[in-house]
Amino acid sequence: MMMEAPAREPVNFAGLLKDAAFAAAIAFGLFSLMLGLKTDQTLNNQMVLVPRPGLLAAVVGLVFVGRFLIGYWQAVNAGKITKRKAPATPLALKIEKYGTAAFVGFLFVYPMMVLGTAGPSGAIKWIDNLGIQILIYIMLGWGLNIVVGLAGLLDLGYVAFYAVGAYSYALLATSEPVREFMAGVVGPTFWPLWAFWICLPVAGILAAFWGVLLGFPVLRLRGDYLAIVTLAFGEIIRLVLINWVEFSGGYAGISSIPRPSFFGVPFNATESGFAATFGLEFTPIYRTIFLFYVILILALITAVVSTRLRRLPVGRAWEALREDEIACRSLGINTVNTKLTAFAIGAMFGGFAGAFFAARQGFISPESFVFLESAQILAIVVLGGMGSLLGVVIASILLVGGVELLRELDFLKAYFGDNFDPAQYRMLIFGACMVLMMLWKPRGLISVREPSVFLKEKKAVSSDLVKEGHG
Amino acid sequence: MDDPPVPACSPRAPAPAERRILMRALSDPILKVQNLTMRFGGLVAVNDLTFTAGRGDITALIGPNGAGKTTVFNCITGFYKPTTGRMALRHGTIDIDAYVERLTDTPNDHLKSADGSLYLLERMPDFQVSARAKVARTFQNIRLFSGMTVLENLMVAQHNPLMVASNWTIGGLLGFAGFRKREKAAIESAKYWLEKTKLIDRADDPAGELPYGDQRRLEIARAMCTEPVLLCLDEPAAGLNPRESLELNALLRSIRDDHGTSLLLIEHDMSVVMEISDHVVVLDYGTKISDGTPDQVKSDPRVIAAYLGAEDEAEVEKIEAEVGL
Ligand SMILES: Nc1ncnc2c1ncn2[C@@H]1O[C@H](COP(=O)(O)OP(=O)(O)O)[C@@H](O)[C@H]1O
Ligand SMILES: [Mg+2]
Repeated sequence: MMMEAPAREPVNFAGLLKDAAFAAAIAFGLFSLMLGLKTDQTLNNQMVLVPRPGLLAAVVGLVFVGRFLIGYWQAVNAGKITKRKAPATPLALKIEKYGTAAFVGFLFVYPMMVLGTAGPSGAIKWIDNLGIQILIYIMLGWGLNIVVGLAGLLDLGYVAFYAVGAYSYALLATSEPVREFMAGVVGPTFWPLWAFWICLPVAGILAAFWGVLLGFPVLRLRGDYLAIVTLAFGEIIRLVLINWVEFSGGYAGISSIPRPSFFGVPFNATESGFAATFGLEFTPIYRTIFLFYVILILALITAVVSTRLRRLPVGRAWEALREDEIACRSLGINTVNTKLTAFAIGAMFGGFAGAFFAARQGFISPESFVFLESAQILAIVVLGGMGSLLGVVIASILLVGGVELLRELDFLKAYFGDNFDPAQYRMLIFGACMVLMMLWKPRGLISVREPSVFLKEKKAVSSDLVKEGHG
Repeated sequence: MDDPPVPACSPRAPAPAERRILMRALSDPILKVQNLTMRFGGLVAVNDLTFTAGRGDITALIGPNGAGKTTVFNCITGFYKPTTGRMALRHGTIDIDAYVERLTDTPNDHLKSADGSLYLLERMPDFQVSARAKVARTFQNIRLFSGMTVLENLMVAQHNPLMVASNWTIGGLLGFAGFRKREKAAIESAKYWLEKTKLIDRADDPAGELPYGDQRRLEIARAMCTEPVLLCLDEPAAGLNPRESLELNALLRSIRDDHGTSLLLIEHDMSVVMEISDHVVVLDYGTKISDGTPDQVKSDPRVIAAYLGAEDEAEVEKIEAEVGL
């Protein structure tokens, strides 16, 4: 079936349809086994294949329509696209500034709002699964942004520092000798209550140390090679945690990690607990709200520090390194130190986030620190627009919050059958989002760069000019 | 701050009599390159090159494409480690010949005396050549930080003093007043060079958006912000139109005369070389074939033959007529 394009219409529909059919055929080939068939177990433990023609047809149809629409859109806009985009106005910078301020204000009242609408038992899900989870990724995104977005060093093993932070806290806080030592020095109740607040900086410092350790061997590497070695580093840390059972507990991980106290006041139902001290009725929501504010403050510290660092010589050197390493060296910049500080400071924030993660979960195992986490954090930075703090926020909400919201889509079971679990498709959606992003905004959601210093007028730098770094 | 008066560029080259006939290369050297050889596998890019650059001179390094000029720059600025050879640079009036052997026998890369310091450039990593020996350079294919603004480019060039003023970031992070004062001074010095290179109106624009000629000047301004004693320029006039080229000559003279910075210059355009340089070194296939004042070099038949690639007499005469001999 060929459709003739009208004379006045320059869009080549026949070509578009062919193109879309081709994409659909590829999708069919790709997904016929992945989605079209499902392995299932019968009651007598036999494997059977369950065909799912409806799902397959839906996906192939989507690809066909999507490809057609994208092609059509591109054809219609062909004239406009070639026009050189005017440099972004400072409006974008204003939006970033006020948008960020408004968002921070919103975050501070968020737990109260949720508590008011959903009640103490319903609110935990929204504060913990959504709020805290997103804030952890925002903080990790901001930390990795220093390494990838500013210094332009592609780090695929960032989760290693998250793991170092988490295990530092978990091991120190549950360590018997440390507890005994502290009991001898400042009394028996001190360590369980204060462990988090003392270990938090220690976890950051240890992670920074490991950042430098990773930094040294990869100093001379660029691009793909750097990415591969950092990826391997992340895997090595995880494999060590799995296999060095006496040290880390192996697969079993570490449990009964002390939870943070309200600066010495524990969150429990006892006489000296938080609720009793402040004359409130005991519910677990107070701890959740407190944890929310802890990660909020930690994330804000990350944002403030990285914003300030950008305006200091070290931050400018990071960005210059991303732009042109050779030119940096011709200006007397010690690129070795510059790279190491980027790795160390980025890792430090990852370590803080890790310590918080361990304290919030109360249990950690190597399963939490797989490569997929690194990929997700990197996706957040890239999706947000490299170097942009607000971009990381938006990307975290979309990627982490979006996945959490998938759990809310139970009504879809009505269409796809009872076995349909939308949350299982998060990787598919994740991938589709990334592909769409690269088509639509290859430089990320916030694709302007704010100058770190100006003479008369702050003008945004269009990301077409900003380099991504060479590794 | 008043605009510094832009020196009117003389449309004509000064008559030979007015020119400083005596190069300072012999009386007051700043850089001595001795027996420099650079091999890439079987290719000898620079072959046993020995020359001296005088303090306060504009020394031009010329030669046909592929003669090894850029390679010499890369050796001087530490980007390549030469296969053999020595490159001694001095600050102050320390006697190079008296001290250089002594320094060579030590494992050190520099030596201080009451009269100044002596540096062995071949022993220093690239960034230290700039940071400590104070040799700045530009690149044949411009290397700006194109996603950063013009002003930011000049701030990056002042990284080392600013880093010290920020107490290696800690004082800066805490907002100490000392750092803010030093940063203001850095912006002033950037403004000075922006005015000097006529880029002040574009200070807040991304460097990558500047036209080609402006980018060339910005690269020079950026190099000057490191306060070098020796500035190495790799084909600064390449791609400039005649007016820009004249302005560049004035800028380079002013750098030499007002800032006491010596210049080492690679240039293809013979008219630029003849007009502004005090001393010319000619390379061909990595070997030095001539060394002297512009007038001496200009009349050296080997230079004309090699540099202009002329084989027979008639062609040489024709080219000589073009160049104005
Ligand atoms: N890094 C390198 N590796 C191999 N050969 C090189 C390298 N750099 C320069 N060369 C070679 O050295 C010779 C001199 O090059 P160059 O110094 O760039 O010449 P010029 O600047 O005078 O045009 C050329 O033949 C070039 O191919
Ligand atoms: Mg060259």
